[in-house]
Amino acid sequence: MTDILMPALSPTMEEGTLAKWHVKVGDTIRSGDVIAEIETDKATMEVEAVDEGVVEAILVPEGTEEVKVNTAIARLAGEGGAAAPAKAAPEPEAAVDPNPQPASRAEAKGDPVRAAAAAPAAPAVALKDPELPEGVNLVKVTVRDALRDAMAEEMRANPDVFLMGEEVAQYQGAYKVSRGLLDEFGPKRVIDTPITEHGFAGIGVGAAMAGLKPIVEFMTFNFAMQAIDHIINSAAKTLYMSGGQIKTSIVFRGPNGAAARVGAQHSQDYGAWYAHVPGLKVLAPYDAADAKGLLKAAIRDPNPVVFLEHEMLYGQEFDVPEGIDWVVPIGKAKVRREGTGVTLVAYSRMVGFCLQAAEVLAADGIEAEVVDLRTLRPMDIGTVVESVKKTNRLVTVEEGWGPMGVGAEVCAKVTELAFDYLDAPPLRVCQEDVPLPYAANLELLSMPSVERIVAAAKAVSYRG
Amino acid sequence: MARAQTGTAGRRKANGAEGQGKAPATVAATKEDLLEYYRQMLLIRRFEERAGQLYGMGLIGGFCHLYIGQEAIAVGCEAAKRPGDQMITGYRDHGHMLVCGMDPREVMAELTGRSGGSSKGKGGSMHMFSTEAAFYGGHGIVGAQVSLGTGLAFANAYRGDGKVCFAYYGDGAANQGQVYESFNMAQVWKLPVVYCIENNEYAMGTAIDRSSSETKLHKRGISFNIPGEEVDGMDVLAVKAAAERAAEHCRSGKGPYILELKTYRYRGHSMSDPAKYRTREEVDEVRKTRDPIDHIEDLLEKNGWADEATMKAIDADVKRIVADAAEFARTSPEPDPSELYTDVYTEA
Repeated sequence: MTDILMPALSPTMEEGTLAKWHVKVGDTIRSGDVIAEIETDKATMEVEAVDEGVVEAILVPEGTEEVKVNTAIARLAGEGGAAAPAKAAPEPEAAVDPNPQPASRAEAKGDPVRAAAAAPAAPAVALKDPELPEGVNLVKVTVRDALRDAMAEEMRANPDVFLMGEEVAQYQGAYKVSRGLLDEFGPKRVIDTPITEHGFAGIGVGAAMAGLKPIVEFMTFNFAMQAIDHIINSAAKTLYMSGGQIKTSIVFRGPNGAAARVGAQHSQDYGAWYAHVPGLKVLAPYDAADAKGLLKAAIRDPNPVVFLEHEMLYGQEFDVPEGIDWVVPIGKAKVRREGTGVTLVAYSRMVGFCLQAAEVLAADGIEAEVVDLRTLRPMDIGTVVESVKKTNRLVTVEEGWGPMGVGAEVCAKVTELAFDYLDAPPLRVCQEDVPLPYAANLELLSMPSVERIVAAAKAVSYRG
Repeated sequence: MARAQTGTAGRRKANGAEGQGKAPATVAATKEDLLEYYRQMLLIRRFEERAGQLYGMGLIGGFCHLYIGQEAIAVGCEAAKRPGDQMITGYRDHGHMLVCGMDPREVMAELTGRSGGSSKGKGGSMHMFSTEAAFYGGHGIVGAQVSLGTGLAFANAYRGDGKVCFAYYGDGAANQGQVYESFNMAQVWKLPVVYCIENNEYAMGTAIDRSSSETKLHKRGISFNIPGEEVDGMDVLAVKAAAERAAEHCRSGKGPYILELKTYRYRGHSMSDPAKYRTREEVDEVRKTRDPIDHIEDLLEKNGWADEATMKAIDADVKRIVADAAEFARTSPEPDPSELYTDVYTEA
């Protein structure tokens, strides 16, 4: 004997009208037969039989309103040969809660402190830049060539690594970052794509799901907005959604932030956008050594990595260790300049601005400590907090807009973790809250500048 | 009331004699093959009916898109696949999971969000995967699976391993821009991907002729020089034969191939869709005249392979499997709260 229960049409339905019976007592019903129609204020739907047998009784006559979900509406006499074990049939007294809330989930939801406590802690092993072996030369290399060298070294080491993007092969890269790679690795591994960011980002992620290690170059990250669905929905979330089965080792890289005089659509910092998303790692190096060491780490990382470069840094030269496998750990900030007066936190090109601002401030007797975040997710907030404990003052600097930005996150974490150490409210230096203008004077006015950083540092130091 | 007499047994009687008028007396399949396809299609249908029931009981939440009516496509294509060939699809994915060898228990338990589910309960109906079975999901963003599937095919070409990817999508996804971006690159790079368009005539509630300037979707590859063909998606053998042709085209290095598999979904778009955009007569007509399970039963009968004991044994076996999966999905514990923070990143 099996009871047929009043079904819910949606997770929120609690009751409905039993509009019509399509069967009567004595009828034999089979799986898939439409046996009744039920209605709510929103919809009418047919009820198909799942269990089979002869209708023994109609328990709720047609036309009955306000029939609660999971009420027994009819009873079947079991038919010979039914293979289902009795316990698999719906239990008439089960009164299944249509929105079951397990105690465990309620607990996790209801207690944010406990939920937070269950979050994975920072890695126990202190992340450190590799020590330079004795005798290693530092040579001047542009950020552009450091990035190229990182890709070339990883492609030599691992045949699964390949580069795809617009103009990366025959043209040698729109910004010449991939110069020489086609000659060395051939068209199978250095692949010119059509101008179809959405499609080739998806193809890259699919190839990564199959176990390859793609480097997807966006000519600039402005164009990656066409592909952001694959970066977030396909790359960042699939490991979680698959219960750990599908790994996506892929690097999305390209220039990010404002170049010069290219207008609003080509001048945007996406650091905060991607750093918002669990499942992604987000890197934004400043100098050539970090560009090389972090890109190599990104390519080796088994997770999707967004690697934000800066066009205005490509041509700048920095010291890079020569002749060694230089890999910089992801998730570790770097103190670029030590000081006790004020902490300046920045990433990418703004690190250079902060270092310049620090020189100006030093002339005024304020010794700034410059923290280069390098990784935006997972963020090394510990290094920032240690610095603030020393300086008691905080200024964040980013090219992006202020609201909901990287600086906002840094300020929130510092007030959470080092509130008592702050001698002044933290300040943020950001792009003005407007689309980036084209006119040279307005562009300058809208962007963070050394002068604005200096002014903010003085303000938090109560120095006019 | 007429509908009440169209159960499995009823259909067999009703259609067995006069049939559908198109089933050949001899078929290019063995008795064992046909019985296996019948078993798989019946498994999908019974599984989905049970999923609908569990949804009605509140055990399955959110969105739940049933595959009832479209069974011949997943089964026919699976029969054409070789070991290692990949498969990827959208959110109407339960049938694909079942045919590629996934344990029905894991599939049903994923629907109920339990720890025994294929994604430990963290994916749900639309997000199921099996690396073991080369099933790459289970994707909730309409059309995303087409680019991703093209990427799987890219990996096959990169490795030269002879594998083919079957990327499934519907007539709704067929209008997404990334489908054509993928067509373009797949043909430029000669990637081994079979684009399987499950044309069930409705993109949620929008009939194909209201949304598509060219409704013959197999023609959509013409401007990319990708061959395409229309296939009766309710005929498992026609699907299998077409999928074999398509896969052979891919394996021979000629690039992608498009199959437009004409089918129909009996249920609403998702469980909460009352399907007011089409008439009951339309649905009834398809169920009576084109049903894919009726069709294979008819083939079996015409060949004298449908002896009652065998068919009954298959029915009973399928029922047992589905009942067992449902029981497992009801009793498997919910994921431990510690699972909240796992699988966000991987170490290796």
